[in-house]
Amino acid sequence: MSEQQQSLEDLQHIKKMMERSSRFISLSGLSGIAAGICALIGAWFAWNRLHRTQSETYDLVRIITTNGAEILDELFWIATYTFIGAFISAFFFTYLRSRKDRVPMFGKTTMRLLWNVVIPMAVGGIFLIRMMYNGEFELVAPGCLIFYGLALVNGSKYTLGEIRYLGYGMLALGIMNLFYVGYGLYFWAMGFGILHIAYGITMWMKYERNSN
Amino acid sequence: MSLIEGLNKIFDNRIRLGIMSALMVNEEVNFNELKELLDITDGNLASHLKSLEESGSIKVQKGFIGRKTNTTYSVTKAGEKAFKAHIAALEQMIKSTK
Repeated sequence: MSEQQQSLEDLQHIKKMMERSSRFISLSGLSGIAAGICALIGAWFAWNRLHRTQSETYDLVRIITTNGAEILDELFWIATYTFIGAFISAFFFTYLRSRKDRVPMFGKTTMRLLWNVVIPMAVGGIFLIRMMYNGEFELVAPGCLIFYGLALVNGSKYTLGEIRYLGYGMLALGIMNLFYVGYGLYFWAMGFGILHIAYGITMWMKYERNSN
Repeated sequence: MSLIEGLNKIFDNRIRLGIMSALMVNEEVNFNELKELLDITDGNLASHLKSLEESGSIKVQKGFIGRKTNTTYSVTKAGEKAFKAHIAALEQMIKSTK
């Protein structure tokens, strides 16, 4: 083996060890796909429920004032089940992959990733809940996209770096949604559904297809 | 032959290279985490850590978690400098022979 080849392999080894010791790299693309599908199912239920009100508007505030607050309750539960479903299915595929990679699921790198994702999400969640208490619903959908996007960009330093682009996508949709309030459900389905699935497929093709 | 001189003998080993890489990007790493990362035996890891410590590249902190010993390692200023020089020399090596 030439010295040049040896140097190259040494550098690759250094890079790999730096990544493995500081990033949680077993995040599975299938997790993204599963979370995206859950989001689309949830959005479909929500859309159906809103459709049954026979309203001509998607403005949630107007729908609530004409249909009573119970629809709000139902939408809240749809959102909660969607989140739980997405979380469990995403966790499941990443768990499988971490077992295959023989990387501990709850090692230091996972904790660091979780912590950095949870901070913007939890703060954003509290902020949005507080806003809903004040009867402000218009900015909830764009708010979800924006805080989630920030969480992903923040977390990208601690896992596969590509997740940053998923974060940018969420942020772009969220900001656009700020100027098209009332179409929140569509932006929401686009971001949490389509973007997740597209990201998941890309990552699966790039990292996992060949390792099976 | 100044290129070869830039390469540090102490890092001329895959395991020591791995240890240094992990310590460069983490404030500190403990023995078990290193063992898991490099997938080697206790004795093997200990001997490589010893030689890195003797060369002044890393420092050792012995502590406890409950009653279990927890030995963590971190890179020294000198070690960081030497490792960066080693990487630069590797890069030079690749560029120069192109």
